[in-house]
Amino acid sequence: MIEVSHVSRNFGDFRAVNDVSFSIPTGQIVGLLGPNGAGKTTTMRMITGFLSPSSGTVKIDGIDITENPVEAKKKIGYMPESAPLYGEMIVEDYLVYIANIYGQNPAEKVPALCEECGLKEVMSKNISELSRGNRQRVALAHALMNDPEILILDEPTSGLDPNQVEDVRAIIREIGKTRTVIVSTHILSEVETICSRAIIISGGKLVADSSIEELKNSIGTSSSVHITVGSGKPADEAAQIAKSISGVAAVSVNQTEDGLSQLVVSVNGDTEIRPALIKKLVEGGFDLYEAALNKNSLEDVFHTLTEAK
Amino acid sequence: MTAITIMKRELKAYFTAPVAYIVTALFLIVSGILFFSTFFLYDRAELRQYFSLLPILLSFFIPALTMRIFAEERRVGSIETLMTLPVTEADVVTGKYLASLFSTLIMIAPTLLYIIPAAVFGSPDYGPIVGGFVGAIFLCASFTAIGLFATSITKNQIIAFFTGFIICIALAMIDSFLIFLPSSIVSVLSYLSASAHFTSISRGILDTRDVIYFVSLTALFFAMTVRLQQNSKN
Repeated sequence: MIEVSHVSRNFGDFRAVNDVSFSIPTGQIVGLLGPNGAGKTTTMRMITGFLSPSSGTVKIDGIDITENPVEAKKKIGYMPESAPLYGEMIVEDYLVYIANIYGQNPAEKVPALCEECGLKEVMSKNISELSRGNRQRVALAHALMNDPEILILDEPTSGLDPNQVEDVRAIIREIGKTRTVIVSTHILSEVETICSRAIIISGGKLVADSSIEELKNSIGTSSSVHITVGSGKPADEAAQIAKSISGVAAVSVNQTEDGLSQLVVSVNGDTEIRPALIKKLVEGGFDLYEAALNKNSLEDVFHTLTEAK
Repeated sequence: MTAITIMKRELKAYFTAPVAYIVTALFLIVSGILFFSTFFLYDRAELRQYFSLLPILLSFFIPALTMRIFAEERRVGSIETLMTLPVTEADVVTGKYLASLFSTLIMIAPTLLYIIPAAVFGSPDYGPIVGGFVGAIFLCASFTAIGLFATSITKNQIIAFFTGFIICIALAMIDSFLIFLPSSIVSVLSYLSASAHFTSISRGILDTRDVIYFVSLTALFFAMTVRLQQNSKN
């Protein structure tokens, strides 16, 4: 359980985070989204106690991180962006050190985490010699050392290859069943695959906080139909036909590379227009090459919410 | 207990890096040259020449040993992984302080061997020698705290080194400048002189005033380092 209430953070005259509030119950995986410089990392640093809020409070399971940092930090596993670790240490020594700090038994925890995070082959290597993906795994093992009730991951999959990304996502999903997880990321498809809820920050302010489904429905027009027609007749005529169908909000025409025309037909709400549209186009004498329905993606929501600022 | 875990890690990191051996070797070479060049010249069975130079030597070598301690953590960013562990700033500073002090003492430990030529070529008075080494421990304790403070103010090791060096050398050489100053402030300033208190201990008499001086100098810079670490969250 994380409760962030009216948290702001200034760096000199610059307000990096401005009056942000949210609370996350146990068993939820939340994606923290926002453009670069929006305040995601600053927000995570305030939750983990690395930075103090200029105003407002952060509570971890009811414990105020500013008033009782050690007790609060015991409940958190944190993986900072770019995994800053001691390069001169051997992976195994590093994990033993972290286990000792957390008061865990290294003989038990270190091999278990080595297994869970796929570190077997690199246990005796220097951290400075590791690839970015393996460093990231060491940092993840570090974050999982205390069986944290709250896991905070700043861009956990950046720099990983597709297989490693899948591994890390699987670990996050598994942990998210019983714990609270916050993941910050630029990859919107990642949020769609692993998170049940998204918090979007832009310009230091919270601009959205809801389930992924609600977010997608939040920006009016919720789907569009992409239709490709042959060049036998002018595409504008096809656009006229599309516009005449009830439920259509807007139509735009693009020329495709192979000389065909693509119509993007935006639809209000959930109205199903495909059968009617295809029938009319065929009746109008158009050669139909392709028709596909596109649901609004999180990308569209993200652009709408963050570009207005 | 947390502080001890941090201390062990620091010591291990320190002794796997070549810097430790380079600085220690340089210290032994420089102090050895200075000691032996005067030892045979004066033809006296004592270590006074070595001890008289020690405050100046340590002003240079201790900041060189401590300059990376916090500056490097901040430059690399590992300070973030460290400070988000369930540790207090005091734990971290204590662990790093003890590790630094231990490595400084290891650096000066081989100079205990200077007793051998003194004993071989004469019959030295052991009081001042024991006093000198006890004083050296006090000197190391306070200069290490100063060095740790200096490395807390920046992420640049060179700036950390010079800050530490300037504070230490000022305390080591302050009594050399006192003759230029009006007598009214001389008594106050002479109390600040690390060399004067060190010389006093190295005569072989442990005066409480000297002990209080070194203990409070150490405590002051230690406390300021903890405060700096706490303030870095703001």
